[in-house]
Order: sequence, then structure tokens, then C-alpha cells
Amino acid sequence: MDKKKIYSNWFLVPAMTIFIVMFLVPMVISLFFSLTVWNFRDYTFVGLDNFKMFLTEASLNIGIKNTLIYAILTCLLKVVLAFFIANFLTSKIKTKNILRSVIFFPNLVSTIAVGITFAALMHPSKGLLNATLGVLGIGPINWLGDPGLALYSVIGTDVWKGVGVATVIYIAGIQAIDRTYYEAAAIDGASKWQQLKAITFPLCRPAMNSIIILAFVGGMRSFDLIWSMTGGGPGFATDVVASIVYKQYGAGFYGLSTAGNVIMFIMIGVLAFPLQKFLLSKEVDG
Amino acid sequence: MKNEKKLYLIGDIVGLLGALIIFIIPFGFMFINSLKERREANLLNMNWPETLQWVNYKEVFTANNSIVLTAFKNSILLTLGAVVVLIMVCSMAGYVLQRRRDKLCGFLNALVLSGLMVPPAILPTIWMMQRLGIYKTLWGMILIEVALQIPFTIMLYRGFMNAIPVELEEAGYIDGCTRVSLFTQIVFPLLKPVTATVVILNAATIFNDFTNPLYFLPGSKNATVQLTLYNFMGQYSSSYNLLFADVIIITLPMLVLFIFFNKRIVAGMVAGAVKG
Repeated sequence: MDKKKIYSNWFLVPAMTIFIVMFLVPMVISLFFSLTVWNFRDYTFVGLDNFKMFLTEASLNIGIKNTLIYAILTCLLKVVLAFFIANFLTSKIKTKNILRSVIFFPNLVSTIAVGITFAALMHPSKGLLNATLGVLGIGPINWLGDPGLALYSVIGTDVWKGVGVATVIYIAGIQAIDRTYYEAAAIDGASKWQQLKAITFPLCRPAMNSIIILAFVGGMRSFDLIWSMTGGGPGFATDVVASIVYKQYGAGFYGLSTAGNVIMFIMIGVLAFPLQKFLLSKEVDG
Repeated sequence: MKNEKKLYLIGDIVGLLGALIIFIIPFGFMFINSLKERREANLLNMNWPETLQWVNYKEVFTANNSIVLTAFKNSILLTLGAVVVLIMVCSMAGYVLQRRRDKLCGFLNALVLSGLMVPPAILPTIWMMQRLGIYKTLWGMILIEVALQIPFTIMLYRGFMNAIPVELEEAGYIDGCTRVSLFTQIVFPLLKPVTATVVILNAATIFNDFTNPLYFLPGSKNATVQLTLYNFMGQYSSSYNLLFADVIIITLPMLVLFIFFNKRIVAGMVAGAVKG
């Protein structure tokens, strides 16, 4: 049968039209408007001025630094913590199903709701977190008000919300491993720790690679959690590129905002795509 | 063996305690404080309310001319509309993209996959919507959500098509099906399991989306539940009871979804992540 005739290109047209008009074309246009000062009606071409400003102005370039810290740390914490949680939840404990559900559910909760709740839990004088630590004689810690700490408090919340997804991906990877490897290793006298290192870890590499990419890209794009917890403050201490895009838009600097958007594209293009290529190439070798 | 059993029991206890402290308490905190009187809630502690103030929920629903109800209506229309369009356009596209292995399809595939990572270009999208006359409209917002979920949804459909034998289509072709009825009568019904996954995952994502309505659907008559919650945060910063009542109202639909479709949600997310 004639494949071209049966699987007609017309089937692709609706999806591709929407995707191209609403996503790809604006993306391409953004490359142009990032070189201008514009207001949806008129524009003035200014060359690379927006980018220069983004890189030199301290209140703007902190966003690039914070985005990197945020993406790398959330990714690293999720990858490591979820690995151990997943191994714990694939062992013979009885409560594993309920624990899996409990740890996964925050992922379905609205980010704004999580942000509001954790901002309240981290309240400097009344918050539950400080009240608990106070009993142990620690604190009080100004989780979201201390410029040196605020970003890390948000990162912690992000990990709380997202570690469940990483965990279930690992669990799927671990469950796909042939049980006989473990039996053979146990007969040879390998300890649980050795089995974890020599069997589980290398064999769930594909799952781990997916998690790395997912968490890293998610971290680079993160906006709503930061926005609902700190609004980018105190000062600019927790501003990331995505929140600067929003702030500059609100302030009427559309060119600068668009440039921020393009900087996000560049960061993902330069970091996430090569990272994925690298991880996939490793996978094939292994 | 006896020792091992003891070890697993300890594991159970430690796991449950850890989950309770780390994951359950924040939810308990929301719920308890949503039932307190204003001054009591503002203390932000976990003490049981002196009297249960269910009236807080009523107050949230009636505040600002029942904006929460309007927001629910908008969010439901947005979610339903986007999910229906996604099913229609992505099932077709995923079907053809999987069956045909020529250059064009390879290129389109790569194009769509890039959309999994890259965020939208926000201001140029607004500019585009203004040109098309759909900025600040629910229709426009539906199209945006569709465009943003197309990569993930096509990927799910395309992955599922792998498991459907092409012989069925060959048989249908010989029996004289047109190419449209081949898809609508034979293939689409077989896609039911992945369609269910598509519905649930996209519904959760779109219902919970805050950032895109913030940019593309401003204005109080267009408010979605997430935007209303965000606005309440500024407005009710001294009435945590009402704020948390709203948080619970918005979380409840997701809890129901999760209780009914737990397995499907988890499996769909894993499939999406691993294939991407």
C-alpha cells in the first residue's frame, strides 16, 4: 500500500499549524525584537544594547547566575535523593505503595499553593520550621528574608515538590532490572551496598539521564515557585532570568524582556542540548 | 531471616515517619489553618482550631463578586477546550509521524521534540496574538496551551503507535476504508489507553498552569484559579485562613484526580520522561 497516500500529510497540518504559529514563529521573531526597543506597535533597532545591559547590570546578570545555581542544585538534589528513595521504595517494605503516592502527590499540587504554604512555614518569627528548630535551640533563621539564604530555601521547596517524579522514574528503571543479577551477586557474597553500586546504579543510568535532563531544564525555566515565594527578593537575591523577563515586561522594557527570553534559549541551547547528547552517547556505549 | 524482617519493619516505621513529617504536615498545615478564625490562623501554627470555621470556604467563594466561581468556570473551560483540541490534533499527527519514516516527518519530529525543552518566547507571542485578534481571549489561551503541550502529547501518541500492528490498517485498506475512516474507525479507538493518559496529564498541567495565563490572559474577568490564588496572596496577606481555604479548594480537584488515576498518572509521566 502507498504510505504517502494513506498517511496523508493533511493529518499533520492542524497540529503543526498551531505549533508553528503559536510557538515557533514567536520564537524566531524574538531573535529580532531582542535587538530592539519596542512596544508591540513600533520598534527602534538598538543592536546588542539589550544583551550588553543584561550582562553588565548587576540587577540583571544576577538572574543568569541564579538560574544556573537553581538549575544545577535542584537537578543534583533530585537525582541523588530520588535514587536513594527509589531504592528504599523498591525494597521489601510493606508500606511502599502508600509512601510512593505520598511522595508523588506534591507534584500535582499547584505551584502557587505550594509557594504560599512554604512561605508561611518559613515565616521568620511564627513559621513552623523555625518553631521546630527553636525547640532544638537553633535559629531563628530568616529563610526567605536573608539574601544569602533565600534562593536556597526556594530550591529546597522545589526539591520537595519535584523529587516524587524523579523517584517514580527511578522506580520504573529499577523494576526493569533483571532480578537474576541480584541473585547471582548475592550467591557470590556481594553485600547490599555492593549490589547497589555494581548493579542498580549502572543499570538505571537511562532513567537517571532522563531525570537529569528533565530536572535541569525544569530548573532553568522555573518561575512560578520563585515568584510566589519571594517575588525575586529580597532585593534581587532570588531573581532568575524568567522572573526578570516578567519584571521588565511589567516595567515596560519590552526589548530587555525579550532579550532575557533569548538568553534563556541560549542557555538551554548551550547547556541542556549538549548535556542530553552527552548523556545519550554514554548510554549507547554502556 | 528474622533480622531482615526486623530491618524492613524499621524501614516501614522510618519511612512513614519521614513521609508524615516531610510530606503530610504541610498539607495538614494548609487544612487546619483553613478552618481557623482569622487571628488564630495568622499565628501560623498547627494547633487544632478552637471552633471549626467552615464559613471560611463560603467566604472565599463569595468574595469579590464570587471571582473564585468565575475563575473555576474559566479554568475548566480552558482545560477542557485545550484537552479536546490536543486529542484531536495530536492523535492524528502522532499517528502519521510514527507510520511514515521519510525526511519531512523526521524533520518535524525533531522540531516538535525541541519544544519539550525550550520555553515560549513570551512577548513575541503576545504580539502574535494581538495580530490574530485573540489576545486576552479564552480561545487564544486555549491555543497557547495546546501549542505548549503539543510536543509532549505527540510524543505520547507516537510512542503508543509503536505497539499497534500496521496489519490492521493494511486489512482496512484492502477492505476499502478511506484514509480518514482508517484513522477514525480503526486506529483512534485503539489509542484509548494513551488518550486517557493524555487527558489526565494535560488536564493537571493546564489546570495548574500559572505563568502562561499570567502573560496571555490578563484581566479580572478572565481570571483562572491559579491567578485568583496569586491575587488573594496579596489581598489576604493578613487573613491566612481565607488564603489557605483557597489553597485547599484548588488542591482538592487534583487530589480527586490522583486518587482515581494514580497508576495512570505515574505511568504516563514515566513514559513521557523516558522517551523524551
